[in-house]
Amino acid sequence: MEWMITADQPGKTYLMQGNEAVCRGALEAGIRFAAAYPGSPSSEILTMLGHVAENMELYAEWSTNETCALQACLGASFAKVRSLCVMKQNGLMVVGDALHSASLSGVKGGTVLVVADDPSAHSSTNEFDSRHQARSAALPMLEPANMQEAKDMVKWGFELSEQLQQLVMVRSVTRISHGRSSVTLGELPALKQPPAAIGEWDRLVAINWFKDAQTAKIDQARAIFEDSPFNSYKGPENPDLIIVTCGSGWLYSMEAVEVLNLQDSVGILKIGTTWPLPENFITRYLARTNKVLVVEEVDPFLEQNVANLIAYHPELKIELMGRHGQKVLPRNGELNPDVVRNALAQLTGAIYKGPETVIVPPEEAVILPPRELTFCAGCPHRASFFLLKQTLRIQEGQGVVMGDIGCYTMGGQRAGHYLFNFLCCMGAGISAAEGLGQLTRFGFDQPVIALAGDSTFFHTCMPALVNAKFHDSNMLFVILDNSATAMTGFQPHPGIGLTAMGKSAQPVSIQKVVEAIGCPVTVADPFNIAGTTEIVYELLKQPGLKVLILKQECATLAVRKRQKARVWVEPDLCRGDECGCGRFCSRVWGCPGNIWDYEAGKAKIDEVVCVGCGVCATLCPAGAIKMEGGEACE
Amino acid sequence: MSKQLAKDPLNIIICGVGGQGNILAAELMASALVEKGYFTSVGETYGASQRGGSVMSHIRVSASTEYGVLIPLRQADIIVSFEPTDTLRVARDYANQTTIVITDSRPNYPLGVLIGEAVYPSMEKITEELQKISGSVQIIEATRLAMDAGNSQAANILLMGSLTALPQLPIDADDFERMLEQRFFGQTLELNRKVFKLGYEQEEK
Repeated sequence: MEWMITADQPGKTYLMQGNEAVCRGALEAGIRFAAAYPGSPSSEILTMLGHVAENMELYAEWSTNETCALQACLGASFAKVRSLCVMKQNGLMVVGDALHSASLSGVKGGTVLVVADDPSAHSSTNEFDSRHQARSAALPMLEPANMQEAKDMVKWGFELSEQLQQLVMVRSVTRISHGRSSVTLGELPALKQPPAAIGEWDRLVAINWFKDAQTAKIDQARAIFEDSPFNSYKGPENPDLIIVTCGSGWLYSMEAVEVLNLQDSVGILKIGTTWPLPENFITRYLARTNKVLVVEEVDPFLEQNVANLIAYHPELKIELMGRHGQKVLPRNGELNPDVVRNALAQLTGAIYKGPETVIVPPEEAVILPPRELTFCAGCPHRASFFLLKQTLRIQEGQGVVMGDIGCYTMGGQRAGHYLFNFLCCMGAGISAAEGLGQLTRFGFDQPVIALAGDSTFFHTCMPALVNAKFHDSNMLFVILDNSATAMTGFQPHPGIGLTAMGKSAQPVSIQKVVEAIGCPVTVADPFNIAGTTEIVYELLKQPGLKVLILKQECATLAVRKRQKARVWVEPDLCRGDECGCGRFCSRVWGCPGNIWDYEAGKAKIDEVVCVGCGVCATLCPAGAIKMEGGEACE
Repeated sequence: MSKQLAKDPLNIIICGVGGQGNILAAELMASALVEKGYFTSVGETYGASQRGGSVMSHIRVSASTEYGVLIPLRQADIIVSFEPTDTLRVARDYANQTTIVITDSRPNYPLGVLIGEAVYPSMEKITEELQKISGSVQIIEATRLAMDAGNSQAANILLMGSLTALPQLPIDADDFERMLEQRFFGQTLELNRKVFKLGYEQEEK
């Protein structure tokens, strides 16, 4: 919350989300620049910094993609301004070249890159482990184990960055970014540094000449980390086993030792500086035992770096366990207190006795309907997917649909009638469609459709569209323009005309961009199901590259702005199961607002859920769904 | 004499469906506990779904130390839920023979039920199983009561009233109301105060 991250109350303790703690740490460090691209679980950070930017005398932007964000931070850093860059794990992959290059040039003003990983991919298509990138790019990395550390590490990261003249990475995970716990505030700086002039002979250049300097920086970081307060040991002098842990694994490990009563035989070595490892610090403790369990999120990154370290120290005689080879912890997926406790119990022979429970046998248990992900009530994507599916059913040839990343990724599931044949990463739908569309020359005659959202269009689709246009691929590119980066919490993007700091700006029109590239473009309303189905049908018959913008605002945003219409089912007009529509509104259309009244045997509207878009009223074959009042969707 | 922490750590789960205000409710409750000086951790699980998916918040309260944000299986002391099938889903994983369950009875139909492929079970069946696997089950018609009071969206605050009234929670109504005053103003604050009280009274009955 904005008031909390800016509160001038040093010493006061608040319940803070990990992402709030990151903001607070950056503000305590006196940042003047912040740039990010939204992605769960990192998105709240720049949203909040944008809201407080003016008051706190900093600049914050939602950049069009992660590479733009990181490079913008480098620009600000050149003028010795402290800059914060934020992204999720996928974003870090987008940034690969920029990251490795920035590490060669180094930075001037402190620059911290916060990457939030998503173990078990709760809100992602994968659970990439960002930490490999820090090692690959020779960047120092910190991993907070709780919210207090998220604040403290970000703050200290700026000092470290300036000391080393190097970018510093802070790796968070969902349980930190989207967790909450107590954080005690530090002081906010009274004065903010003005930008420094850049002289004629000042340079920030990424070229291999600086490889030795880059290596020297990472060695220096290792030496600094040897004495870091973020690394600590708790346990007996000569333990039977040491748990080496980082990030959210730390508190799970503490709890496991407590629950299993192993305080006298198991020690916990917590590492906050996970790249480069403080080798002397770790070796000192490893010499006290011959069994080590590594507890960390996602890949065996710490584990294999510890294995490396052991390989260089023949005096250590250690049986190393963790996620590699699945000896005790699962190879993939998020950790939790049960997994860690069970692993420790297995290794030590300790017995865990849980609370008394009753398990109802499966044959007596209530059958629970699964709660699948679906589009929100009134979501324009539901209409878009319905009409695209309908068109593909009536036109000739089996259409191939290439999906992309956003709320509409759900279109690959039941909510979107399983429309996608292809899904990869952001911007991949149109690029892959371009390739497929080139095969017409060899007789491939299936219609090819690529889908992407408006924010994704700016993020990575623009170069792909130029490519498709220049090489005249046979394909239809459909832009699902809902005027929001909806999935991550409605962040604005260049098409909307609103900045992260809440200022109006001249929007960049997607339609004009497409036209400027030289593509014929049609704009249609997905809520006009019949009319737009006809448009798609006609477009698919034309050769070459076609672009269709399906424009309708995200329902969750729209409902906040408009007077909601009342939608209801006229019981006398609904013919129920006699109709022959097969309960179209609730079964096929599938909006959570359209429910079935089993007692009456008729359709019904759930007034709590319905947002009043009224599209179902246009589709009911009996005309039984009525709509009254409210403002029309534009 | 103010109320004491009944168990350390005290593990509370607040769950329901995306859009029901689950995360805000957990945040307000945990903030009230931090203000009282307790180590409080909150873990939120909401996945990719903005609306309509299962959402669950874990709150862990201790007088002595910080705990990780996730509650171990079978170790929830209290489960407060805004949706009956999600109550049972969560209770199967997290309840034990002493768990207190408070649930709204209003269904939020998943896609499979809307489509007609799955059947939504009766509240009687759900309650019956909940009673077997937990210590106690209390049904509060939070959404309906909140709707009658002015806005169904306030059901989350109503159930926080019921949670606050439990003797296991080391906070009083005033402690939670201060959090409401910190976060809301005007009509929204008035409505939230009203439904909080309603929920509190439901539990006292």
